Amino acid sequence: MRNRDTASAGAGTGNLLEVSDLSVSAGSKALVSSLSFSMAAGERIGLIGESGSGKSLTATALLGLLPDELTVSGTAHLRGFGPDLLTASDKAMQDLRGDEISMVFQEPLSALNPLMKVGAQVAEVMLQHRTVPNRAAARRRAVELLASVRIPDPAQAAGAYPHQLSGGQRQRVMVAMALANDPQLLLADEPTTALDVTVQSQVLELISAQVSERGTGLLFITHDLAVVANMCTRVLVLNKGRLVESGDLDKIFSAPEHPYTRALLAASDLSATDGRGRLFTVETAAAYVPPALRGGTPPAAPTPQAPRSEAAAGPALISATGLGRTYHRARTTPFGPRPVVNALADVSFTVAPGERVGIVGESGSGKSTLLRILAGLDTPTSGQATVAGTSIAGARESDLVPLRNALQIVFQDPLGSLDPRMKVADIIAEPLLVPGRKLDAAGRLAEVHRMLGLVGLDAESAHRYPHQFSGGQRQRISIARALVNRPRILVADEPVSALDVSVRAQVLNLIADLVDEYALTLLLVSHDLSVVRHLCGRVIVMKDGRIVESGDTEQIYNHPAHPYTAQLISSSLDLSEELAMPN
Amino acid sequence: MLVRIAGNLARFLLSLLAATVLVFALMRVLPGDPAVIAAGQNASPEIVASLARQFGTDRPLPVQYWDWFSGLWRGDFGVSYVTRADISPLVADKVQVSLILVSAAMVLALAIAIPAGTLAAVRHNKPSGALVSAASQLGIAIPGFLLGIVLVSFFALRLGWLPANGWVAPGVDFAGFLSRLVLPVMALAGVQSAILVRYIRSAVLEVMHEDYLRTARAKGLSRMRALGRHGLRNAAIPVLTVTGVQFSALIIGAVVIERVFVIPGLGSMLLAAVGNRDLLTVQSVVMVLVAITLIVNLLVDVLYTVLDPRIRAAVR
Repeated sequence: MRNRDTASAGAGTGNLLEVSDLSVSAGSKALVSSLSFSMAAGERIGLIGESGSGKSLTATALLGLLPDELTVSGTAHLRGFGPDLLTASDKAMQDLRGDEISMVFQEPLSALNPLMKVGAQVAEVMLQHRTVPNRAAARRRAVELLASVRIPDPAQAAGAYPHQLSGGQRQRVMVAMALANDPQLLLADEPTTALDVTVQSQVLELISAQVSERGTGLLFITHDLAVVANMCTRVLVLNKGRLVESGDLDKIFSAPEHPYTRALLAASDLSATDGRGRLFTVETAAAYVPPALRGGTPPAAPTPQAPRSEAAAGPALISATGLGRTYHRARTTPFGPRPVVNALADVSFTVAPGERVGIVGESGSGKSTLLRILAGLDTPTSGQATVAGTSIAGARESDLVPLRNALQIVFQDPLGSLDPRMKVADIIAEPLLVPGRKLDAAGRLAEVHRMLGLVGLDAESAHRYPHQFSGGQRQRISIARALVNRPRILVADEPVSALDVSVRAQVLNLIADLVDEYALTLLLVSHDLSVVRHLCGRVIVMKDGRIVESGDTEQIYNHPAHPYTAQLISSSLDLSEELAMPN
Repeated sequence: MLVRIAGNLARFLLSLLAATVLVFALMRVLPGDPAVIAAGQNASPEIVASLARQFGTDRPLPVQYWDWFSGLWRGDFGVSYVTRADISPLVADKVQVSLILVSAAMVLALAIAIPAGTLAAVRHNKPSGALVSAASQLGIAIPGFLLGIVLVSFFALRLGWLPANGWVAPGVDFAGFLSRLVLPVMALAGVQSAILVRYIRSAVLEVMHEDYLRTARAKGLSRMRALGRHGLRNAAIPVLTVTGVQFSALIIGAVVIERVFVIPGLGSMLLAAVGNRDLLTVQSVVMVLVAITLIVNLLVDVLYTVLDPRIRAAVR
């Protein structure tokens, strides 16, 4: 799959967009520094960078929607529009926005007005720019547009509110809205980051088809290199507000000149490992060979260092039989039954000590519910589960103390899951306060220092607060807290999905190392198939609360038996595969 | 949506029923036998007993409750133990006065606070916005009765434009009714609008930072138009809650203003009844206040459902 091949680059004469010396600053702090680039009509440019690189600010500046407290300098010219985009009056920019330049945002649920029907929201942009004669025509055209972005039953969808649509449908509505007036330039800011993989590939395909059909120029902002490789022909790499490298996609991804580009590429590629079987990080990126130069051969299968499931002997550490969890929705009739939602249905599996098991599935597949039940944070409505000798179903909190000692969790959002008013030392030491542990304050502090060293943070960190750390460092703190009382099982719920690419590889390496060192049993939930592939020997695929397939990771990835697994694997964009596609 | 409203209605009726039991029970717990109070200090036991028989307070409590409850159902609150007057018409009069006074005050307060609060939010980093915020802070600090006295001394005493106090029913003399309504309503609305400005400002500020407002701007809507079309309805939801709470609180809280302007409202009636140890009147007024509060809550709930499509299908 490669959507960029359909691009119709260079359709017109002269450049569509000329940006020179674009700078954005907050007071004396430069957020974007003299960025210059040009875009031909219908061209697709990827703007890549990590959080804080200034990529979203660049797009916002081109739309003239920067917050008042930021100052902007430089020039930006759009073909057919006289004034400079950066200095034009708000009135002039209003005529441009939604008409000649439009934007698709990251989170479609919050980007749509919750109290307005989606058809009316699409119609509004046409009425605003008077591209339709009247309201009735706008409504008709809105339904046509919803049909063109392939929303099933567009007439009915037009009358729905955003919360009644799925995430993918909401983003389709955003695309329909952005393209309603046939803009010359479409700015897409991480448009698929909040979506499931199968939905992501559909939305990317849709954007791709729509912009090439209309000859729209596309500035595609993302942190995900595989998505850029899929969508764009040219790439701009931003780091801390500076353009470090730009050029054709194939050149940049096969022969990156700047060390930062190389590091980003190396860290993004989870199929490549260094001599010691570890992922490349910013430090080890020099040894990285881009996939295009690996001769088109499929990447060597990464070898998880843990014993495989066959090798593991002895009784199961985790066993679940017929686990189910149902929720009730509000009644739809006054005295009728309350509709039942099956979050989890008939889930059975076992995990042997020392195994590394990945659970993959899309949102709503029940993977988080399953984790919560195994961790004793939720109770199943049917079935049985035994974790490290503790029976979960119907257990009282006091019965779960051994479980809390044996199983610890690392959560997705390291900032949200650390108490902002507790010092790091107290956060890490807290699990040591469980009943049965008799460590004095000095003993606990010694443990804290040991753990900090283990996760690669200095001892000084103990006296600081979570907000004083970066995302990756916070996740290290979470890992230290999870491992301080030497659990037998580590449960990780999307541990790297909130992290930047360059940090992700480091944290994954850390988890792999610690799982080895402590002989942990790992249960990893991720929507990212390549993360699971790298870390786990066995994988469980879930859909709609059920296990559809499980088995040896390589076996399943190479020969999926269930159609859903096959769809999941073919939808997920893999950097090396995207680049290996002939151009 | 209709299911939800039916549910709200059912909850309202149940709450009302529970409230009758609670109010009745509370009044019985209070010390003081109404017959003893009515008979006076030197009355013989025979007189007290005959009064108790007359009031019905000698019967078992469930019978008394049922008697009172079935009376409520017919709109009959009974006869005061102290004044021997029929309570229902009196309460009906006062309810009308209080509802007119408070509704007018809340409407005026919203009419001032919605534009002022929105302005304070839109211009939150400009002097005009800061001025509105400061004025609202000051307004909250000024007691309503003080504002009332200032208004009376200026408009009634110095300029002589309006009567200083009193009340005329709208059916009797509409012009007189209006002229007597203006000053107390202004006194009440002054403080209420100052309170509401704060809530409206923060609601609008919050909405201004929502993603969908940025989307509206990206569609080419001007700042004010984006706010008007996409922001205000979203901001209305939290403001509705506060308005409901303030309305209920003001029905009784207006008592100080009623005193300043010599207006016969519910608050004054309750205060007088408590002073006279007029148990049944107190019980009736409290019951009416509870009913008004519950009705206001019901209306707020129904309005939520109308305003916000997400609430219509909320998962419990």
